[in-house]
Formats: sequence, C-alpha cells, structure tokens
Amino acid sequence: MSEQSLSEHSISTTSYYLVFLALMVGTALTTWIAYLDLGWLNTPVALGIACTKAMLVVLYFMHVKHGTKLTKIVAVSGIFWLLLLLGFTMADILTRGWLGFPGK
Amino acid sequence: MSAEAHGAVFHAPRAHQFDTAEQQKDASTLGMWLFLVTEIMFFSGLFCCYLVYRWFYPEAFAAASHHLDVALGGFNTAVLICSSLTMVLAVNASQAGKRRALVAFLILTILLGGVFLGVKAVEWHHKYVDHHIPGPSFHFEGPNARQAQLFFSLYFVMTGLHALHMVIGIGLLTVLTVQARRGKFTPTYNTPVDMCGLYWHFVDLIWIFLFPLLYLIDRHTK
Repeated sequence: MSEQSLSEHSISTTSYYLVFLALMVGTALTTWIAYLDLGWLNTPVALGIACTKAMLVVLYFMHVKHGTKLTKIVAVSGIFWLLLLLGFTMADILTRGWLGFPGK
Repeated sequence: MSAEAHGAVFHAPRAHQFDTAEQQKDASTLGMWLFLVTEIMFFSGLFCCYLVYRWFYPEAFAAASHHLDVALGGFNTAVLICSSLTMVLAVNASQAGKRRALVAFLILTILLGGVFLGVKAVEWHHKYVDHHIPGPSFHFEGPNARQAQLFFSLYFVMTGLHALHMVIGIGLLTVLTVQARRGKFTPTYNTPVDMCGLYWHFVDLIWIFLFPLLYLIDRHTK
C-alpha cells in the first residue's frame, strides 16, 4: 500500500507566479477599462475579466485543473446553481411588464 | 507494523473506511468543495439582490458607486491577490516538507489579510464620516438618495460578509501556523493546509467579483 507521496500533483511554483502576474494585470486592466466609455459593453467586459481571473484562481491556485473528476463536477455545479438563481430571477423581473394588467 | 516500518515519519491518521491516504485526501477535498458550493450560494443571494436593484436603479447605483475610493479598492484587490500567492506557496511548501518556508508563507498571508482588513476599516470610516451608512443619519446629495441607500446597504452587507470570512480565514491560518511550527505537517500529511488554502482562495474569488461590481460602475461618466 503506497502512502508515499500525496504531492505528485503539485505544480512548479513558476506557474503560480505566472497566474499571480495575470491576476495583477487583470486588476489593472479592469480598473483602466472602467474609465473608458464602451457604452453598454462596460459591464460585460468587467465581468468577463472577473470571470477570467476567477477561472485562473480556481484552476491553478485551487488545483482543480489537477483535481479529481468529482471535484471538477462539484465546482461546475456551483456555477450551475448560481446561473439558475440569477437566470430564473431575471426571467421573472424582465418579463413582468409583458402582461398588461395590474398585480403583474 | 507500518508505524515501525516508517520510523518517526508522521502519517495521516487514516480512517478505516479509506483504502489509501490519497483516497482520504480526495474525500477531504471533495467535502471542502461541497462546503464552498454552499458558500457560493450564500453569497449568490446577495449578488442576485444586487443584480435586481442595479437593473431597477442603474443611475443611482452609478452615482453611489462614484463615492467609493477606487484607489483603496484597487490596492486591496492587489493585496488579496498577493495573499493568494503566498497561500498557494504555503501549500506548496507543506507538500515539499519545507517547514520554515511554510510558517513564513502562512505568516505573510495572515499579515496581508490584516492589511486588507485595515484598509477596509479606513474605507468604512470614510463612509461613516460622509453619512453614507444606511439608517436615520444617511445623507446623499442628488436625486436618487433613497435608491443610493440601497446600494450602500448592499455594499456594507457584501463587504461585511466578505470581511467576516477574512477574519475566520485569519483565525484558521493562525491555528495552522502554530501547528506548522510544531512540525505537524509533512509531505505525507498536509490536508489542513490544503483545505484552508481552498477557503482562502474562495474569499479572494468573492472579492474578484465585488471589486468591479461595487467600485467600478460607469466610472467614465464622471
């Protein structure tokens, strides 16, 4: 029975520094872009950068990239429930005006 | 038996239902992730509330957001990313069996967490001085004062809940530091360091979304 090393999944520290650099650049980028007028695109771009940063943290800092399949499924399920919550809430909020009677 | 075969090396106290220490660690990781998914849902309620009210009152949210300090918020984002780096390096050091590096990185992470909370306290104090704390003394210049109060309510609850998680994280890391100094963690047993790392990165994740959503709404209009 081998209980020798649990650290075989450990990544070299170089990738950690690269991810760190990308996160810092992402923070500077999102702050800079916030002061540019992109019209309706401002918020989607800010969220896009935030999601990219979040992916880097989850995949590399939280080791999901080298994790088990079950861990990956659980992590994705978190995003799935979040989208269900936001999606169904907005489906209600955005369509309330469609019906032309009071108490809608 | 195996204890003698491995001499003085400390092993994970392996529960009998697991075949290997690796299987036991995978189970811990899975359990931690399940907990983090419930944490995502915990914060999701607030993000959902934010989405609905920002959809209803975009101008008020932009006007209120302009009263937050981007420099302090951006600085804190950088501090938190640095603390995530030191945390992941601590996990790495524990897997490599480098006890001194592990203790050093844990202490660095705690210090960076402290800096974040300190800056947060300064920001909250600014809001107190400016009468931007929701309640009877709330005061906001402009046509959308009532809706701006909603923004500040969300701001305080979201950053407050996030700060509470930071305080808990710092508590966990302090316990880890003491245990690490005593040499509890080895290349074959470092699950607590790994799990606290996951928690710490999760707290960083929440802030990655809070920063643009609270501080950076329509900054170009002013």
